[in-house]
Amino acid sequence: MEIGLTHYLTVAAILFTLGVFGIFLNRKNVIIILMAIELMLLAVNINLVAFSTYLGDMVGQIFAMLVLTVAAAEAAIGLAILVVYFRNRGTIAVEDVNVMKG
Amino acid sequence: MIIETIIFYLFAVVTVAAGVMVIGSRNPVHSVLFLILAFFNSSGLFVLMGAEFLAMILVIVYVGAVAVLFLFVVMMLNVNSAELRAGFLHYLPIGGIIGIVLMAELILVMATGAADMEMPQMVSAPIPPAHEVTNTEAIGNLLYTRYAYLFQASGFILLIAMVGAIVLTFRRREGVQRQRIVDQVARDPKKAVTLKDITPGEGGSWKSD
Repeated sequence: MEIGLTHYLTVAAILFTLGVFGIFLNRKNVIIILMAIELMLLAVNINLVAFSTYLGDMVGQIFAMLVLTVAAAEAAIGLAILVVYFRNRGTIAVEDVNVMKG
Repeated sequence: MIIETIIFYLFAVVTVAAGVMVIGSRNPVHSVLFLILAFFNSSGLFVLMGAEFLAMILVIVYVGAVAVLFLFVVMMLNVNSAELRAGFLHYLPIGGIIGIVLMAELILVMATGAADMEMPQMVSAPIPPAHEVTNTEAIGNLLYTRYAYLFQASGFILLIAMVGAIVLTFRRREGVQRQRIVDQVARDPKKAVTLKDITPGEGGSWKSD
């Protein structure tokens, strides 16, 4: 059985759905939410590379690299915000993040 | 060919199982470790697709930097994970419905051929044959010429992220003796020493007036 584009897209779709599902499931734990976002970005990367290979186009891999960069920056900033939030509140429960809405 | 099929299914199944464990495990540390497993196996998928450079970058950036950052933060913050999982079953039905709907949509788009995947005439940068130009060289040829501005922009994004993370987490503690070079340079020797006449038998105050 030949492994084609559809197989990779299915894996990416499952991973993306898992990411969305994880955000819904762990509404209180920001760390797990950030990890779920990383899973979704990974799924997008798999999609980009799969299409790049399928169409024989190099640009998909370039864009996957840019997505990777943004994902790393986002993780760093998100975890920094998380550390500051924990220092101020003593917890990382996201439900009481709305104190700043005035 | 059969080997490739077996390897694909091995990587794919382990990736998806690790993804399930990331969102489902009780301990956040286990979640991070399963995230690392998912990244490793998807880098295997990348190698199968012929994107070796991206696979190695995935291991270096995600496993070496991002996942270790997650691990540090999880271990640094003393998080009571049982309390944070209180609403886990409460959100299960609605999350499950949305997940199933999203999954069905994605599968439908692929399976029914609603998206036209036969468009090789739109290729803008063809992948050169692998025995002539390596994957890394091909990416470099494209990234440093046509996408040089995007490359620079991603460098700026990383710089801003670094500055932002430092500014956010930097904390100046009170009561810590530290060297203040400006004060040392601005110190005037004429004001540092004062001479006082003290009348004998009375003593004097140490305080400067």
